[in-house]
Amino acid sequence: MANARDKNYEFVRREDAPILPPPATEAGITGWLWQNIFVSMADYTSIGAGIRSLLMAILSALILYFGGTQIYALIDFTIFSAVFSDPEGIKREACWTVDQGGVLPSGWHGACWPFVVAKQKFLLYGAYPAEDLWRVNLTGLVGLVGMVWVMIEQLPYRREVGAAMLSLYPLMAFILLTGGNSDAEFSNIGIWLVIGLAIISAGRLGKRGFLGPTFAEFATLIGFTGWVFLIFNAVRGVAAVDFGLEPIDTRDWGGLLITLVVAITGIVASLPLGIILALGRRSEMPVARLLSTIFIEFWRGIPLITVLFMASVMLPLFMPEGVNFDNLLRALIGVMLFSAAYMAEVIRGGLQAIDKGQYEGAQAMGLSYWQTMRLVILPQALTHVIPGIVNTFIGLFKDTTLVSIVGIFDLLGAAQSTIADPSWSSHVQALSVYVYVALLFFVFCFGMSRYSIYMENKLSKSRSH
Amino acid sequence: MASKAKTKTVISDEVMISMENVNKWYGTFHVLRDINLTVHKGERIVICGPSGSGKSTLIRCLNRLEEHQDGTINVQGIEINNDLKNIDEIRRDVGMVFQHFNLFPHLTILENCTLAPIWVRKMPKAEAEEIAMEYLTRVKIPEQALKYPGQLSGGQQQRVAIARSLCMEPKLMLFDEPTSALDPEMIKEVLDTMVELAEDGMSMICVTHEMGFARKVANRVIFMDEGQIVEQNEPEAFFNNPQSDRTKLFLSQILDH
Repeated sequence: MANARDKNYEFVRREDAPILPPPATEAGITGWLWQNIFVSMADYTSIGAGIRSLLMAILSALILYFGGTQIYALIDFTIFSAVFSDPEGIKREACWTVDQGGVLPSGWHGACWPFVVAKQKFLLYGAYPAEDLWRVNLTGLVGLVGMVWVMIEQLPYRREVGAAMLSLYPLMAFILLTGGNSDAEFSNIGIWLVIGLAIISAGRLGKRGFLGPTFAEFATLIGFTGWVFLIFNAVRGVAAVDFGLEPIDTRDWGGLLITLVVAITGIVASLPLGIILALGRRSEMPVARLLSTIFIEFWRGIPLITVLFMASVMLPLFMPEGVNFDNLLRALIGVMLFSAAYMAEVIRGGLQAIDKGQYEGAQAMGLSYWQTMRLVILPQALTHVIPGIVNTFIGLFKDTTLVSIVGIFDLLGAAQSTIADPSWSSHVQALSVYVYVALLFFVFCFGMSRYSIYMENKLSKSRSH
Repeated sequence: MASKAKTKTVISDEVMISMENVNKWYGTFHVLRDINLTVHKGERIVICGPSGSGKSTLIRCLNRLEEHQDGTINVQGIEINNDLKNIDEIRRDVGMVFQHFNLFPHLTILENCTLAPIWVRKMPKAEAEEIAMEYLTRVKIPEQALKYPGQLSGGQQQRVAIARSLCMEPKLMLFDEPTSALDPEMIKEVLDTMVELAEDGMSMICVTHEMGFARKVANRVIFMDEGQIVEQNEPEAFFNNPQSDRTKLFLSQILDH
């Protein structure tokens, strides 16, 4: 076939249209400005559009002005006008104006940082004994190093470090923070360990089909329950060992320590619990579905405050005489179950977004239910709902402040009780410590938010759909 | 269709699949009606028929993606029933390729191919990767191994899906309209792969409307309508001399356009 170009047909293009550079509004600095700043003001094609552009310009200026003054006010309060030191040790008078008998100019308004510094130990650790603070610090340091290690991809052994952070670290934290050496009898723990092992072996046998086909279906679940039993009691066993640490009652814990303990336990526990509940709610087994649904709807149907009140006030009334477990532990379990219900619904949303073909593809190759979930469905479903998961995490982190109403002094509760100290009383006392607490909360929540965005970008980069 | 180099047929007496009086309903809708079918090892069967005739449902019953309510299905002598162990065993030996590929988008091509060998066949990772590369080479896309499915064209994705199934070294391959979701220019590359597979003697059951493919590789063409097997015959006879009116109508609709 002859090339059409050679034949000089009128309707055949002989030369390619030239590739031209983009107009100024499309590329470079001017392009960026047009597209990002002046995008709504660029249209003067009609009087209406012109007026709209003008209004947009005025609105933008107003927003900039008010936003700017607010931000300036905050910076002024926390930095420019703030009192940073109290070299003479005069406490509250360091933050008094001339009118109040101090040295600061009349009408002065700024943060009283010496007060916050003086209360720092209380805000971070509560009434935790000063000579044992190293235990909290060590726990925090190991936790921080472990977390950062897992987050930085270039580091080796990330998987191992992550596994240790989820298995050994909680145990270490528990022993360091409480002192371990619990009253539990080793013989009692031993019996439970044997029971756990028995359940696991029953699950193993069931999986091979020795105990009938009905049992085989539940074998994985039974084996899992056995492991939970075994691990729980192994932890109890380690916690009963005397490491020579002074036991410290959780009533003496407080401040950021409590906030982090409650939030991190809630976050770490709610994700796996939520996954199991979400899978249960979508299961084909009616019993699993019903139980998961009841659990989720129950915990979503009551406010967290009610949960905490029930846990700390009502629960002990129903307990037999002499049985009493820790107030913080009860609140922790309450927070955990509460957030697990929310997490379950977020994850269920992700599961619903997965195409049926993914299940079929996995099943057709012979993957089992749990393999399909773990290797194919959950990695995709969880990636889809990272924003929702982190949303729940951040909500949970902030909701930990509610524990202060059942007498547990979290960061906010500790801040409130420092205000009652008359030796630092001044007109900026409350504001200073609240700004400080707000800043701490912001740092944690914003950090989580940024990390989630980073994760989303990373995961979407690895596979362009 | 010009080359009539039809592949040598080595059909053994060994029965691969036997379906006896199989019935299936979706609610009140009777989707498979009294299906009787025997497939021998080495046979290559093409199932065609109008949409909604139960073709896909039939082959999806063969690896229990769909459950039949009546009759018996035996695959390699193992009956498909509620025993999960039987189903696992059958799925290990029966590969399936879907209309929409169903590749796992969060895994690379190589990981897609090694997933089942590693987790189901308990194969060491290195060995699984070696086998995967072998099959990826066979479907002519070894260079894409480290990409993600989303970065490949439809035809390439479907070839990966075929390689993924082959990595389990199946004794039978099921194809559920493998070219229906593809652009016309990509159909050929997938069909070529399937023809090669047929030439190597793989037993396969293929739901497709590619009549050229049916003529070229099938030992038997089955025509289904309204949940029943209406007619089955060798391709030459089937296309040149269809017996039932429904088959004639169907063939005239898909061949003359």
